[in-house]
Amino acid sequence: MIVSLSWRNVWRNKLRSSVIIVATTLGICAGIFSAAFYQGMADQRIEKAIRTELSHIQVHRKEFRNSNEIKDYISDADKLNRKISQIDGVVGVSNRLVIFSMVSSAETGSGVKIVGIDPEKEKLTTNIHQKLKEGSYFEEKRRNQVLIGEKLAEKLKVKLNSKVVITLLDVDNNITYGAFRVVGIFNTVNNAFDEANIFVRHNDLSKLIDLPPDACHEIAIYVSDNDRVESVKARVEQIAGDLEVMSWLNLSPEMSYLNEAMDLFMYIFIIIILLALLFGIINTMLMVVLERVKEIGMLMAVGMNKIRIFLMILLETVFLSLTGGAIGVAAGTMLSNYFETRPINLAAWADAYTDLGYDPFVYTSLNVELLINVTVMVLVTGVLASLYPAYKALRQDPSDALRTE
Amino acid sequence: MSIIKINNLFKIYDGSQIEVKAVNGVDITFEEGEFTAIVGPSGSGKTTFLNLLGGLDRPTSGDVIVDNVNVWGLSGRKLIDFRLHNIGFVFQAYNLIPVLTAKENVEFIMELQGRSKQERFERTKSLLEAVGLGDRLDSRPNKLSGGQQQRVAVARALASKPKFILADEPTANLDSRSTETLLDIMETLNREENITFIFSTHDARVMNKARRIVTMEDGKILSDVHV
Ligand SMILES: Nc1ncnc2c1ncn2[C@@H]1O[C@H](COP(=O)(O)OP(=O)(O)O)[C@@H](O)[C@H]1O
Ligand SMILES: [Mg+2]
Repeated sequence: MIVSLSWRNVWRNKLRSSVIIVATTLGICAGIFSAAFYQGMADQRIEKAIRTELSHIQVHRKEFRNSNEIKDYISDADKLNRKISQIDGVVGVSNRLVIFSMVSSAETGSGVKIVGIDPEKEKLTTNIHQKLKEGSYFEEKRRNQVLIGEKLAEKLKVKLNSKVVITLLDVDNNITYGAFRVVGIFNTVNNAFDEANIFVRHNDLSKLIDLPPDACHEIAIYVSDNDRVESVKARVEQIAGDLEVMSWLNLSPEMSYLNEAMDLFMYIFIIIILLALLFGIINTMLMVVLERVKEIGMLMAVGMNKIRIFLMILLETVFLSLTGGAIGVAAGTMLSNYFETRPINLAAWADAYTDLGYDPFVYTSLNVELLINVTVMVLVTGVLASLYPAYKALRQDPSDALRTE
Repeated sequence: MSIIKINNLFKIYDGSQIEVKAVNGVDITFEEGEFTAIVGPSGSGKTTFLNLLGGLDRPTSGDVIVDNVNVWGLSGRKLIDFRLHNIGFVFQAYNLIPVLTAKENVEFIMELQGRSKQERFERTKSLLEAVGLGDRLDSRPNKLSGGQQQRVAVARALASKPKFILADEPTANLDSRSTETLLDIMETLNREENITFIFSTHDARVMNKARRIVTMEDGKILSDVHV
C-alpha cells in the first residue's frame, strides 16, 4: 500500500507536482533531442568520411602510412583484391595508388593527394562518382583524365576540360610530369577534402611512375554494414600476411574521437539538466515534508517505522521525477524520430559547417542505449533528491507532531 | 488484571525561564476493560501524560509498564513496533491519511502488521460496520464529516487488536450530536468487546460517560474515582 500511498501523494498538490513534471519533461525532452541531433551530426560526418574517403577498412604496407613513399607499395595486389572480394560481407574492394605531390595550372600550383583508382571498383567503395557537380566520371576512353574538387578548381582557376600538370618523383627519384585533362569537378561538402584530393586512373598513374600494373599503396574495403567491420577485418588479416589492416576507427583518430567526444558531451549536457532538476525536486519535497509534519508524526505514532517512512518519501520523489522523465523520454523520442527522416536545415550557417566537413542537413540519430541511460539517470536523480527530505521527515518527533495547540 | 502500571512518572520541560513540570509524579494502574476519562483544565498535563503512556514522548523519569514490558526500556524501532502491536491511538485531529479511503486507512495498520489480505479485508469491513460506516468504505476523509472521521479513527485504532486505546480529546472538534455518537460507539465496544479505553476530555458530558474518572491538575492526579 506504500506504493499506492506514495503515488497518490504525488497528486495531492496537483499544481506543484505538475510544475516539476513539466520542467522534467521539457528538460529531458530537450536533452534527448539535442543528443539525437549531435549524434546525427556526428554519425553523418563519420558516414561521409567513410563514404568519400576512408571506406571501412584499409590495407597498406606497414611502412606506408608513415613514409608515404611510392616504393612502399603492395605488389601482386590484384590477387589479394580478388581474395578479399570473396569474404562474406564485403561490398567493394578498391586498389589505390596514393601519392602526395603537386598539381599545377597555368596560374598556380598546389600540394595534393593524388589517388589512382580503378573507376569501376572505386564506385563500390566510395561515392565520389555521385558527387560530381560538372563533367563525368572517367566515361571516355582517352588517357590522363583527372577529377578535381570544386575548391581546388577555384584555387587553380581551372574549369572543365582545362589541362593541369601533375609533377611526381618516380620510383627512382626522377622528376616526371604528366598532363591531365579535368573531366569532372566534385563537391563532397567537405571543403578540406575537396581541396586536397584528386583522382586519376590507376593505369595512367602507374605508367607515369613506372610501377608494375598490379601494384597499389592502399586497398580500400567497403563492408555491407558497420557492425561487420571487425569480423571482416579479422578475415582480411588472415590473408594479408604482414600487411597492415586497419578499420576506420584506427585510420581516423578524429572520427573515433568525434564519436566518443559527442557521447561525453551529450551526457555532460544531460547531467547539467538533471542537476538543475535535482534542486527543484529537493525543494518541492522539502515543502511536502514541511506541510505533512503532523501526518508524518501520526504515521510514526501509530506504528509506521522509519524504514517505511523513508520508503514512502523516496517513492514519492521517484514517482515525481520519473513521471516527468518518462513523458520527456517519450516526447524526446518522438521528436527525434520525426527529424530522423526530415532533416533539420542549417543552411543559414552552412559555410561554417561545410568547412568542417559537416552536412548542412542534419538527420537526428537516437540510440536506445541513451534512452535507457537517461531513464536510469532520472531514477538516480529521484533517489538522490529524496535523501535530504526523507532525512528531514525522519527527524519528526511523533509527540511534537501531534500537539494541536 | 492490570495491564498498565505507572510508577513515579515525571515529565519536566526546561523552558527558557522556568521549568514546567507537565507530569509531576504520577502513580496509577489501569485494568483491562476499563473505560477511563482523564479530565482537568487545559494545561493540566493530560496530553503529556497520554503521550508518555503511549510511548510517544520520553519521560524525564519513572516507568510505564505495559503487560510486564517496560515501554521506555525499548529503543527506536522496537518502540515503534510496540506501539503498532499494542496501542491504538485516536487523536484530536490529523488522524487519517487524506489520500486513502476509510477502508484503506483501516487496512493500512494491518498491512504494517503484516496481516493477510483476507484477514485485512474481513476485519476492515466489520470494524467500519461496527462504527456505523459500513456504507462509507470507499470515501476519502475529506468526504466525511468530523464525527465520521473520528469513527474511522476508532476503527483504525481497533484494527491492530491493541491492548488498549488512547484517545486525546477525541471529541474536542465535534458538535454535540457527533460527540454523543462517538462516545456511544466507544462505550458499546467497551461493554461488548471488553476494549480498554483511556481518553482525555475537558467536556463534562463526555466525562459523565466514563466509568472511571481521573482528574489532573498541574501534572498531578487530584482524584481517581470509579463510578
Ligand atoms: N514541548 C513542550 N515544551 C514546553 N512545555 C510544554 C511542552 N508541551 C507541553 N508543555 C507544557 O506542559 C503543560 C501541560 O501541557 P499539556 O500536556 O498539553 O496539557 P493539556 O493537554 O492538559 O492541556 C502545559 O503547561 C504546557 O504549556
Ligand atoms: Mg491537551
